[in-house]
Amino acid sequence: MVLQSLKSCRWLSCILRTPKACFWSTASGALIIQSVSNDVYQNLAVEDWIHDHMDLEKQQVLFLWRNSPAVVIGRHQNPWQECNLRLLRQKNIKLARRRSGGGTVYHDLGNINLTFFTTRKKYERMENLKLVVKALKALRPQLDVHVTDRYDILLDGQYKISGTAAKLGRTSAYHHCTLLCNADKFVLSSVLKSPYKGLKSNATPSVPASVKNLFEEDPSLTSEMLLDAIAKEYATQHHIDHHITVINPADETLLPGISIKTKELQTWEWVYGKTPKFSVSTCLNMAFKDSVLDVKVNMDVKHGRIEVCNIDLPEQWLPPGLYSQLVKSLTGSKFCPNETTALVTALLRVCPQDDELHSRWSLLCENMIMLM
Amino acid sequence: VCTHRVRSCSSIRFIKSKYVCVFDKSALKFSHQQRLFRTSAVSCGQIVQFKLSDIGEGITEVTVKEWYIKEGDSVSQFDSICEVQSDKASVTITSRYDGVIRKLHYSIDDIAFVGKPLVDIEIDASKGVAPEEDVVETPPMSHEEHTHQEIKGHKTLATPAVRRLAMENNIKLSEVVGTGKDNRILKEDILNYLAKQTGAILPPSPKAEIVPPLRKTETVPAALKDKARKIPVPVSRPIAFSGKDKTEPVTGFQKAMVKTMSAALKIPHFGYCDEIDLTQLVQLREELKPLAELRGVKLSFMPFFIKAASLGLLQYPILNASLDENCQNVTYKASHNIGVAMDTEQGLIVPNVKNVQVCSVFDIAVELNRLQSLGSAGQLGTSDLTGGTFTLSNIGTIGGTYAKPVILPPEVAIGALGKIQVLPRFNGKGEVFKAQIMNVSWSADHRIIDGATMARFSNLWKSYLENPASMLLDLK
Repeated sequence: MVLQSLKSCRWLSCILRTPKACFWSTASGALIIQSVSNDVYQNLAVEDWIHDHMDLEKQQVLFLWRNSPAVVIGRHQNPWQECNLRLLRQKNIKLARRRSGGGTVYHDLGNINLTFFTTRKKYERMENLKLVVKALKALRPQLDVHVTDRYDILLDGQYKISGTAAKLGRTSAYHHCTLLCNADKFVLSSVLKSPYKGLKSNATPSVPASVKNLFEEDPSLTSEMLLDAIAKEYATQHHIDHHITVINPADETLLPGISIKTKELQTWEWVYGKTPKFSVSTCLNMAFKDSVLDVKVNMDVKHGRIEVCNIDLPEQWLPPGLYSQLVKSLTGSKFCPNETTALVTALLRVCPQDDELHSRWSLLCENMIMLM
Repeated sequence: VCTHRVRSCSSIRFIKSKYVCVFDKSALKFSHQQRLFRTSAVSCGQIVQFKLSDIGEGITEVTVKEWYIKEGDSVSQFDSICEVQSDKASVTITSRYDGVIRKLHYSIDDIAFVGKPLVDIEIDASKGVAPEEDVVETPPMSHEEHTHQEIKGHKTLATPAVRRLAMENNIKLSEVVGTGKDNRILKEDILNYLAKQTGAILPPSPKAEIVPPLRKTETVPAALKDKARKIPVPVSRPIAFSGKDKTEPVTGFQKAMVKTMSAALKIPHFGYCDEIDLTQLVQLREELKPLAELRGVKLSFMPFFIKAASLGLLQYPILNASLDENCQNVTYKASHNIGVAMDTEQGLIVPNVKNVQVCSVFDIAVELNRLQSLGSAGQLGTSDLTGGTFTLSNIGTIGGTYAKPVILPPEVAIGALGKIQVLPRFNGKGEVFKAQIMNVSWSADHRIIDGATMARFSNLWKSYLENPASMLLDLK
């Protein structure tokens, strides 16, 4: 396997749709690239960039990448429904929303990602997955792996080792999939379990599956070996040299406009704001002094912001003026614990300075924040 | 039941309609099914039904997930119309025509069928039926050079959408090489031209952004004390400014800030400023920094400022008090919960260090480290952000000397610390020496605090910091 660094952007610019291109007409029909970065946002941005700017008519692309711990949700999913956001924040695990459809996955360095870029016409997921299976079997013939009609790859007929998603644009398309080599299954199962109750939405739900690492089947396997095997098979099928070109997703000269794409993928508006409309209908059990209060809460969240908020408090538990101020402030505010904390603590400054009132307010607000 | 949506703009011109409708503006309800009356008087454009094209893999139906346009919007060829999903594939449907959207055939979460109409687009009559045809006329614009038609005697071929894109980005069509049929200039050609010119692919209407120096990115090491001392560099925009004003509602935290600040400015503020010579403190901190690091703590100047403030508050407890709403009672707070203003992505957040009166300088440093890392991770809890009795704002890390800080209710005083500058000063012998000077600006509630009290507090605080050894005498 030969790793070759891209030295000048002129080479890559020839792949862009520039007329009278000097280089690509003699270049091969396919290209294999690998990212040096483990940042999920940077790598997703590379996918966007290739999708938007490369002419895949003459040259298909296979993109290999791995990420440091991150949860990646599908384009039309609801992060509150899909994962334990509190745990993610605590463990500093990133949350990303990709542009392709499908379900939620957990990435870490023990998981490899493969993206197959083709023109829209040549979009063919089954072929790509068969290629992966062929590569795995060539590496370890005894592996019992096969592709299901849901575009999953199963190990031993029951454990999911790969999930698929795709994005189709006007002229180009990509199909990407994961492959579990040696991921942390414990973290995976804990972060992909949502603690949030009472959520109702039309967002695409994930289908949970039992997973297994290839490493568990054969401890001699490493991520590098798997990446190499797949690249080799791709090279064979596309009649190209077994070269993997390394790219740096932070290189603006090579990939003009990539930093804007990377930034956009990290914005709150994209990650949380693109959640389809949903409602939260739950009951807070608040222990106050000697009793337990059952407080029904109903909220509608659109674009990640609270559109409607109803908190069913016992009469006079909070002064009515204060209650309405709370509801008014929450309306239009992000469904986000950080924003809500800042908001309610700021509001507390203009409340009457009464210890009892303050403790009631804090109790209610803390419970509300737990919903987010 | 026929549900109608009537656009309540000044130019409603519906005449021909299959449905009889008596409408009362106040009773209008917007339904999911958005159907517009077909206008007959306004434009005589042809309505084309844009059908959902083949997705591939034998897929016959998809779910509509998001609309990027609404009825009445103008679209250009290649603009995104909607996002649909089918079996883990998300598909962006783009327009084939230039025109105005007249009807959306589906709502969000509906199933759409391949081969069936997705949207109705009204194509401008003057353009004719086949929108792919090139338009060679000159649009009536003043930027003639950008829509220049003749290159070496040949006419440039480009659709109006492409011409508009070129004009918005100050590109001469004559300089762009067309890759379409008959050298027609396509949208991609403009984008490629742009990429080469500016080294960046930027959207046609850029949002003007000034990058504030304290915003954290992954590439900025958190340990740098001077990281925020850079002068904000305005990002230069080589592309023509075609931006529009953007109005958004004030929501969430911003709304709460409006309330807090409005209440704050009801307090009659008076200001008091002074200059502190921190030469000795700078030296002391240099000595203590490695000791703190050994214990795993980053030691800045703030713990000293905070502790000195607490010692001062012991002598002038009225500065650590709270006035009730009717100004009837003053409550002298027992705890010195000193707030530290923090600039985060949210905006201004003020977590406080609890009970400074019983904390050592090191304890305060530990707590500050904890609050700072929680603050930058956006994970401060309500208890960290409430209960403050006195605030210090270290605006000097961003820059500036004197300030006029605003008191945060229900407190009665606040101090803003400017940046530490190396300045020439005279010593006792009349010699010039290098001094580390910092300015402090106090604001206090003039209803219960008088100037003399503030001045004496400030002098005491200043004396502790100018001669740190004196703090040892009074440390509890």
